[in-house]
Amino acid sequence: MHTLSIKEMSDKLQKREITSVDLTQHYLNRIDQYDPTLNAYVTVTPELALEMANQADALLDAGKGHRLTGIPIAHKDIFCSLGIKTTCGSKMLDNFISPYDAKVVEMTRELAMPILGKTNMDEFAMGSSTESSYYGATLNPWDHQAVPGGSSGGAAAVIAAGLAPLATGSDTGGSIRQPASFCGITGIKPTYGTVSRYGMIAYASSFDQGGAMTRSAQEAAWLLQVMAGFDERDSTSLEQDAADFSQQLGQSIKGLKIGVPAEYFESGLDASVEQAVRTALSEYEALGAELISVNLPNKDLAVPAYYVLAPAEASSNLSRFDGVRYGYRCDNPQSLEDLYHRSRSEGLGAEVKRRIMVGAYVLSAGYYDAYYLKAQKLRRMVRDDFTKAFESCDVIMGPVAPTPAFNIGEKSDDPVSMYLADLYTIPVNLAGLPAMSVPAGFAKGRPVGLHLIGPYHSEAALLNIAHQYQQVTDWHCQMPATYK
Amino acid sequence: MSLQKTEVDAIARLAGISVDPAEGEQLTAKLSNVLAIFQQMQAIDTNGIEPMAHPLDQVQRLREDCITETNHREAYQSLAPKAENGLYLVPQVID
Repeated sequence: MHTLSIKEMSDKLQKREITSVDLTQHYLNRIDQYDPTLNAYVTVTPELALEMANQADALLDAGKGHRLTGIPIAHKDIFCSLGIKTTCGSKMLDNFISPYDAKVVEMTRELAMPILGKTNMDEFAMGSSTESSYYGATLNPWDHQAVPGGSSGGAAAVIAAGLAPLATGSDTGGSIRQPASFCGITGIKPTYGTVSRYGMIAYASSFDQGGAMTRSAQEAAWLLQVMAGFDERDSTSLEQDAADFSQQLGQSIKGLKIGVPAEYFESGLDASVEQAVRTALSEYEALGAELISVNLPNKDLAVPAYYVLAPAEASSNLSRFDGVRYGYRCDNPQSLEDLYHRSRSEGLGAEVKRRIMVGAYVLSAGYYDAYYLKAQKLRRMVRDDFTKAFESCDVIMGPVAPTPAFNIGEKSDDPVSMYLADLYTIPVNLAGLPAMSVPAGFAKGRPVGLHLIGPYHSEAALLNIAHQYQQVTDWHCQMPATYK
Repeated sequence: MSLQKTEVDAIARLAGISVDPAEGEQLTAKLSNVLAIFQQMQAIDTNGIEPMAHPLDQVQRLREDCITETNHREAYQSLAPKAENGLYLVPQVID
């Protein structure tokens, strides 16, 4: 059953050829079998999943189901979920049973999509490998020596290994696209403000954006549809109805202008990744698209600007973890200050503490103009580069990451080398644009993703551009042999 | 750019974090490496460029000034490490 597409599952559920309980139990069995090794879930919720599957079957029997009713889902552990442990990958929240649902979780409950559990992630979404999780690293299903990427590494791994048919993720600097690339699945980060951040634990609020992680673009369109939409509880939610993300699926892309930024193919890009990306671009030419050279001259400034701005926002957002109201508290605090300092020092991991400290530094008196304000100006320059590029093309394509998945432990002791590997994804977050990673082959036996970046609110077009590629390739259908 | 240990201690205080003396040196080196990548920003001329705080240059949406939340005190305090009679308990602050 785990090899069916979401559309096939939906058809079978609607026609009552299969039940949601059987489908959900099938995934729970696979999780039992494979997850002790893979470590992609922080929490599995079998009782809740089966209870929701029963509700789904009742709705479907009555002919009242939505097209996703009864199809199980795994939520990234950054989304608060009522009555379920919500850790954000941190010891700080190891005992946190959320008293409310994130908007995204609320939607999946309303539609009776059985919640299989919560997926592993880098602590507070700060990382690109899922190694900084308090619950240990998740393995890459294609190669257990490799990281699955991050921070949504658990979500990418469960899709690749068939331990969930659908998964939610979040992307602050590439956290949906890079793990999607490393695990050979499809991931979309929509335009900033498309998916409500209500109940999504905040890292850097002007970048954080939820999105969908699935096998195919068509499935991503279906999932994103139920995640998107205005929510008054998120002050940055876009005040407009979500577009119909499936509307353009099936349209010809003849005459599509694809911008290829020279700066995305400079030194540092692994030759085998470049090869896969260029082959994918040729496939697009065969589909009638035209390649156009564009420039993103300030690309190299995006990484430093991001690592000023995101930690600055994080230092503010994470001040809420103080050992007083919820979360971890140190033993025997001697004073209020001791309570704050030790609870944070013992409850937060090394990378999170580093980013909070960098944030406190760049916001401190005497440094604000030189770092924070400067980075905000560079942010505009990076955004303006995209605006200019989109005057001559409909979509920008290139690599998602400079290499295929790296080995576990390879970069975990060198934060800066990990930061620099996000050079293709971060500019998109600075600008707030929608972007995808689409499976485009393998390099050295590990998956490679093709990066699709579109103008604001172009999700429906992007999803179709990815869908057209998936009509003539089968990279997105492949599964690692161990998990077939 | 290299940080001094005393600067790291000052940053830690601002961040509400205590630094384990055994990790001080390594942390100082790692933070210095992060700050080093910021230096390339300084070479760029940004005169006349408006800082951008938000993608889409959004402004904060306003709502009616009325009560929208209901009382969740018991549910929320059930998560507190220490709470009593509706109050969060912390070490004594005033003698």
